[in-house]
Amino acid sequence: MANWIPLWLHKLSSPPVFYRFAGTLRPWAIALALVLGLVALYGGLVLAPPDYQQGDDYRIIFIHVPCAWMSLFIYALMGIAAFIALVWRIKLAEVVAMASAPIGAAFTFITLVTGSLWGERMWGTWWTWDARLTSELVLLFLYLGVIALYHSFEDRRQGARTAAFLALIGIVNVPIVHFSVNWWNTLHQGSTIRLLGPSTIAPSMIWPLLTMMIATKCYYVASLFGRARADLLALESGKDWVRQIAEGEVRR
Amino acid sequence: MNPTRQRRLTLVIAILAAVIVAAALIVYALQQNMNYLFTPSQVQAGDATHYKTFRLGGMVKQGSIQRSSDSLKVTFTVVDAGGAMPVEYTGILPDLFRENQSVIATGHLDGARFVATEVLAKHDETYMPKELKDAMAKAHAGKHIDESVNQDKQQL
Repeated sequence: MANWIPLWLHKLSSPPVFYRFAGTLRPWAIALALVLGLVALYGGLVLAPPDYQQGDDYRIIFIHVPCAWMSLFIYALMGIAAFIALVWRIKLAEVVAMASAPIGAAFTFITLVTGSLWGERMWGTWWTWDARLTSELVLLFLYLGVIALYHSFEDRRQGARTAAFLALIGIVNVPIVHFSVNWWNTLHQGSTIRLLGPSTIAPSMIWPLLTMMIATKCYYVASLFGRARADLLALESGKDWVRQIAEGEVRR
Repeated sequence: MNPTRQRRLTLVIAILAAVIVAAALIVYALQQNMNYLFTPSQVQAGDATHYKTFRLGGMVKQGSIQRSSDSLKVTFTVVDAGGAMPVEYTGILPDLFRENQSVIATGHLDGARFVATEVLAKHDETYMPKELKDAMAKAHAGKHIDESVNQDKQQL
């Protein structure tokens, strides 16, 4: 049995260990996000050929689709962290869930705005109440609800646990957003990239898309680690390990 | 696992299961009810008679677009696999609007005609360079010719 994985995770869930781990990894994640993001933008905006029916307008896909993936991915991750926080009361899980919410909300907002711009050019409308657009808007409201609930409590851990509950319940919306284009007749087109079966996009266009996907993941890691570290310091203030860090800062 | 965690785990899973069942039922119920659009054959079968205004979706029939010379009035025919419906619209059409393009028109029935107040163009999930599309179209056309030649041979 691979016993070291749960053991390592257990160790990592201790705030001082995670604080150091995140501190080491964060600069690498930022650098990777920046480099891959620039490569993907260059590939998508300059190297990729124009689309046969949308011309150059389709290039917003290189922002819109990776952000849409992130909005769902972060919600799923926040839901899992919320589940762990509710059952096992692990402090780090609460911190990760609550630190993910604003990042996910930002990605959802970008998805809606870029989708709106794209829709105006291609469909001829900024907004329409079809299943995909509506469920993505509900996703944004869920994120905002989690953030608001978290901050409406005096005690942060109490707030985190209550908001985690909303985050967990809201997870049913994630498959609805993903499958909305298959379940209902929508103005929004179906999925281009499929895990099962062939994708319907030319290779010269797919690589910047996938590169941007990795870049957004790296950005999420960097942003999450930064937020989680700050939250951990605030939650654990007064503990020995935080005092040591504070003294180290003062001495410098 | 200690009893407290066991209890919390059961409770959280039970609530989550209840929410999933509720959501699944809502999705199932809306599936019949939340149609974004009707196709021409559905309209002709009388599926849209309950609605004063509704959305009509389908392909613009080749060669059916007629523009008025002195106004923004356009008439065209929207078709699907089993039906066709004439549409009338006054206004600016989206860039993607053209023959053989999927469109969604919002409006009401006026006799057999559909009077649209908004026309949206739908695009598919396929992205490729123009050269590739042309090459594929050529290959496809070639195949058609081959097939018709074969059919001719069979008939002979």
